[in-house]
Amino acid sequence: MTGRVEGKVAFVTGAGRGQGRSHAIRLAEEGADIIAVDILEDYATVGYGMATTADLDETVRAVEALDRRIIATKADVRDFDALKGAVEAGVAELGRLDVVVANAGICTVQAWDEVTPEVWRDTLDTNLTGVWNSMVAGVPHLIAAGGGSIVATSSTAGIKGLPYLAPYVAAKHGVVGVCRSLANELARYSIRVNTVHPTGVDTPMASGIGGLEGLINSDPDIGPIFMNTLPVESLDPREISNAVLFLASDESRYVTGLEFTVDAGNTIR
Amino acid sequence: MSGRVAGKVAFITGAARGQGRSHAVRLAQEGADIIALDVAADIESVKRIYPGATEADLAETVAQVEALDRRIVATKADVRDFDAVKAALERGVAELGHVDIVLANAGIFLFGEPAHEVSETDWRDVVDINLTGVWQTCKAVIPRMIEQGTGGSIVITSSTAGLKGTPYVAPYTASKHAVVGLMRTLALELGPHRIRVNTVHPTGVATPMILNEATFRLFLPDEEHPTQEQAAPIFASTNALPVPWVEPADVSNAVLFLASDEARYVTGTELKVDAGYTTR
Repeated sequence: MTGRVEGKVAFVTGAGRGQGRSHAIRLAEEGADIIAVDILEDYATVGYGMATTADLDETVRAVEALDRRIIATKADVRDFDALKGAVEAGVAELGRLDVVVANAGICTVQAWDEVTPEVWRDTLDTNLTGVWNSMVAGVPHLIAAGGGSIVATSSTAGIKGLPYLAPYVAAKHGVVGVCRSLANELARYSIRVNTVHPTGVDTPMASGIGGLEGLINSDPDIGPIFMNTLPVESLDPREISNAVLFLASDESRYVTGLEFTVDAGNTIR
Repeated sequence: MSGRVAGKVAFITGAARGQGRSHAVRLAQEGADIIALDVAADIESVKRIYPGATEADLAETVAQVEALDRRIVATKADVRDFDAVKAALERGVAELGHVDIVLANAGIFLFGEPAHEVSETDWRDVVDINLTGVWQTCKAVIPRMIEQGTGGSIVITSSTAGLKGTPYVAPYTASKHAVVGLMRTLALELGPHRIRVNTVHPTGVATPMILNEATFRLFLPDEEHPTQEQAAPIFASTNALPVPWVEPADVSNAVLFLASDEARYVTGTELKVDAGYTTR
């Protein structure tokens, strides 16, 4: 059987675990080879640990178990030169680039007056500038391939003003603007640019961001903002990967400029 | 049989040709059985622009689905007639056992005048078919879906005209915006039953609805007999991607995703298949 992204090469950031690993595996299941990066270092500003070398090794193992190739590199999305180098090394080995999944992100929870300049900077640098860097590193290779698909991971926080998450919300909204702009700019090259907007996903990031429940309980009217329409609290990463797969594949060859909610109806409440 | 919607049954309106037929065939390729409905007749107000689907068209949809070894129950019925829609659905369910997917796709396209000059007949026909027909399709099927208790997926065909204003296309634009409101409300009402409700928003699709001389003239008002070749670059200039229109199969692939369990937590979304039309 031919896979839905057979013969394509996908660049996935934040691929050490969580959604990024899930995307790498789902795309590999459908025939893609993978260029993977992850920072593999902790942030002083983030209360939970980042993926480890062992995590990224596990992503490599899982992709290779599917008989697909993967080139994995330790790289920080805030470091454009490192990203560019990782993509170039991957393309040199795998021959081309068709898909960019700009997924790497961090999240912290705090009230507005506890957002330090360092938290603001790290969140925007990683979740917005990091997405930008990932696209810029990938686009020349997509143009060389005659077209391609860019998928950026936004969030329900890229559509709604989720409280106690101001830097995260700012970055995830910013990603939408960047993608709309590039959708217009890159259409002439048959490069499509779309965002995915998950509700809560069951990953180390989501379980690592403590404190939200206490803040919600301090103002009961806030709680419903986080509720889903479908009777589910958080999604398996694979649910998001299925949407990424659709956007990466030629099934969506004329889909661009889309904000694709995979949010169990969170944003229509 | 395997497939991305294997074992499911899909109720599709406007299934005789165009996008509706394409959806029926695409879902059947992936293992679904089909309950098909089409008016299969001319509609008086539409005739000046393009001809209606025929009974032969509906028979061709049946033949194409059966050639894939899937079952199909097809009925000639008008989405404006609630009792007829309900009867067509019940006949299909009696034969195929259940209904899991609804594609409220039937629609007509009228245009040509500023909103204040649209005739009352044109307005009524468009709104009755494109909005009330969608509501009646949902109304016919929702009680059964709730009773089945196995969730489901409803996909309503909207349009780029469901997201942006389109001059000289007032009733169509109003109806395609309205179904978005209906979708959002249904998504909230039906979420607890795990029934998902979403819209698709195609740009121009290569079907008889737009590939006709009258539509080409909308873009080339000075040509007596404008051709598809003349119209294509002008259509393309309205999209971000360098294509004049998309194929029915492109919309069907989006519908297939929404219909399948791959999208089991996607509800309330507006899925654009618009080559960037609304991003411009």
